[in-house]
Amino acid sequence: MHYFGWIQLALFVGLLLALTKPMGVYLTRVLDVDGKTFLDLIMRPVERLVYLLLGIDPRKEQDWKQYSFSLIAFSLVGALFTYAILRLQHLLPLNPQGFGPVDDHLSFNTAVSFITNTNWQSYGGESTMSYFSQMVGLALHNFTSAASGIAIAAAVVRGVSRNSSKTIGNFWTDLTRIILYVLLPICIIYSIFLVSQGMIQNFKPYETAQVINPYAAQVIKKDVNGQEIKDERDKPLTEERKVATQTILQGPMASQVAIKMLGTNGGGFTNANAAHPYENPTPLSNFLQMLSILLIPSGLTYYLGRTVKNQRHGWAVWSAMATILLVGFLVCWWAESNGNPHFQVLGVDASAGNLEGKEARFGIFNSALFATVTTGTSCGAVNSMHDSFTPLGGLIPMLNIQLGEVIFGGVGAGLYGMIVFVVLAVFLAGLMIGKTPEYIGKKIEAYDVKASVMFIMVPVLGILGFTAWAATSSWGLSGLNNAGPHGFSEILYAYSSAAGNNGSAFAGLGTNSYWYDITLGIVMLLGRFFMIVPVLALAGNLAKKKLVPPSEGSFPVTGPIFTIILIGTVLIVGALTFFPALSLGPVVEQYIMTHSSTLF
Amino acid sequence: MNSLISQIRISLVATIVLAVILCGVYPALIWGVAQALFPNKANGSLVIRNGKIIGSELIAQNFTDAKYFHPRPSSAGDVGYDATSSGGSNLGPTSKKLIDLVRQRVDTYRSENNLPQTILVPADAVTSSASGLDPHISLKNALLQAPRVAKTRGIDEKALVEKIQANTDGRDMRILGEPRVNVLTLNLSLDAS
Repeated sequence: MHYFGWIQLALFVGLLLALTKPMGVYLTRVLDVDGKTFLDLIMRPVERLVYLLLGIDPRKEQDWKQYSFSLIAFSLVGALFTYAILRLQHLLPLNPQGFGPVDDHLSFNTAVSFITNTNWQSYGGESTMSYFSQMVGLALHNFTSAASGIAIAAAVVRGVSRNSSKTIGNFWTDLTRIILYVLLPICIIYSIFLVSQGMIQNFKPYETAQVINPYAAQVIKKDVNGQEIKDERDKPLTEERKVATQTILQGPMASQVAIKMLGTNGGGFTNANAAHPYENPTPLSNFLQMLSILLIPSGLTYYLGRTVKNQRHGWAVWSAMATILLVGFLVCWWAESNGNPHFQVLGVDASAGNLEGKEARFGIFNSALFATVTTGTSCGAVNSMHDSFTPLGGLIPMLNIQLGEVIFGGVGAGLYGMIVFVVLAVFLAGLMIGKTPEYIGKKIEAYDVKASVMFIMVPVLGILGFTAWAATSSWGLSGLNNAGPHGFSEILYAYSSAAGNNGSAFAGLGTNSYWYDITLGIVMLLGRFFMIVPVLALAGNLAKKKLVPPSEGSFPVTGPIFTIILIGTVLIVGALTFFPALSLGPVVEQYIMTHSSTLF
Repeated sequence: MNSLISQIRISLVATIVLAVILCGVYPALIWGVAQALFPNKANGSLVIRNGKIIGSELIAQNFTDAKYFHPRPSSAGDVGYDATSSGGSNLGPTSKKLIDLVRQRVDTYRSENNLPQTILVPADAVTSSASGLDPHISLKNALLQAPRVAKTRGIDEKALVEKIQANTDGRDMRILGEPRVNVLTLNLSLDAS
């Protein structure tokens, strides 16, 4: 834990804090159909044109059922659109590598993955997807799923803040304004910055380089199914392969990576995602990528405070999120800095920490911070391979996802997830002190608590149920890249990531098989739509209620005590639910790594 | 029912309208600006010698000869350093396969560079990177390889260390990331002199 790390951490948190208010104020204007922004001059005409083409009245608001239906219809149409593009990839333009159609189960998994803002990838981008598929089939949803998330958050905040209102906004208006005024303008500047750091943006076919030092490599022989061929003594057979060229990928990467980070999507252009030297060329690009993940989720807490006219509440929520993020990060950083004792026995310098699966330009600090940020939010981009983290270091990303993606969370999804926890927290606090629970002037009643509990139960069932199934079935075990407790962690991480709509992975797990693609797809759908509907129902129900002015008996939703209760609620729900499963994976593996010489 | 159909119609139109803006106009705009302002970077920071592409400054390629500095181990593709198949080993900390690999790499590194058992091997030299295409190694790693390279090439070790320093990037803005040596540009500068 080098002091340069502490300086970078201070800079990171300081910048995030400084950007929260400006971003929040700007979001407040964008999420108001009559709000004025400095981009009006350019964007107003485009906005009007979009409304005209859609044939909607931007001021005609929807109740929660209409709002949900618009969102679900739009997502389904988007899923079919992408599924068709992937299946017909070989017939579509911008495919210089001549990639064939994507398999049906993989196309299903990928389409679901991108409409749900998960961006789980059972494929390697550079060896599967044409430029057209990346740019149209996938990047479209990087914008729209992010905008949908922010729209839902806005609808929920409106529900909290409005007095006896039937409606919670118009989905199409929210979608259009978020894309035109927030996502697109930031991405234009951001992607040009990324190119300045070394990221590619072109439509050329892959280049072939004549390598400087041609050589012959020993490669393990594999049969047509990719299985190693072994001799009679069970040793893998090798063959010599001469290497004289290197094929270097190209493509329209920068425009896609900008929205992948800003929209907390996380789906990499390449298989190595943000670890790839093209996809994250410098420590500076890395720093801004981490910051851009948190920019909107952090700004939304300010938007919450401003809209409910209680800015201290916004900051209390921000503090709860930031505290959990920082504590998790410190554990992860510490674990990765300590490294792997098995390496040290072999005479490896321990001072650099656990560098397996990490890039030299990022080192331990930036890998651990990226891993914490990308999983606390539902981003899921990775700049290091979480599968190769030490057990405790890998536990933190997994736990961050399991806590419900509320540590800033996905764009929008983090805020509405956290509001559900706030509702539960005031309910629990109300029970403890014998007062009627209320949240900023809204009485919390049975319907609200039921909707909140449904919201929390869905991912739990998805994660634990499917993990148990996969861990006891042959299709589940055949994907493993590691044995022992680490193998179990790979499966647990996969379903956590799918349910949390995160998309990062213990990437050794080979999930491009029929059963994994389908089950993970189902869990992603559960984790998105079966949570959105209860949360919009909650929003609709809260909106209907009268605002009662705060009284002596109201439980305060500001200040350190509230923040602690909120953190407690998040941790108790997450920790109690997942502790047994985590014990079988990372916890026991940590113990084995430090206390024994057992290897798997 | 009418409203359901109208919502599906709006969804269809919205998908097409947004696809035109976000998947057509936007990437094309970025492409235009990138090609105008940063043509070399936007096209992959390729290194060209005698009209031939010999690699990219950002993408590791393997060097096996003793006269070259060696990059970090790679798990990208079957052979490693496969720039169409980026990725790490994804082996966990208690994986026997991983520990065996590291043991083997430590032995190779020690014998190649003639290092005694007392000198610890830099972690980056024996662990595979996340992308398998990490173009950098640590300064420690480069300095431990320097005597071998100097001896093979019959050049002065001091001059070689200066070359290493010239190809070292410090922390970005003096704060961010880690100091690192670009293996490809360093090796090219050796061949050039």
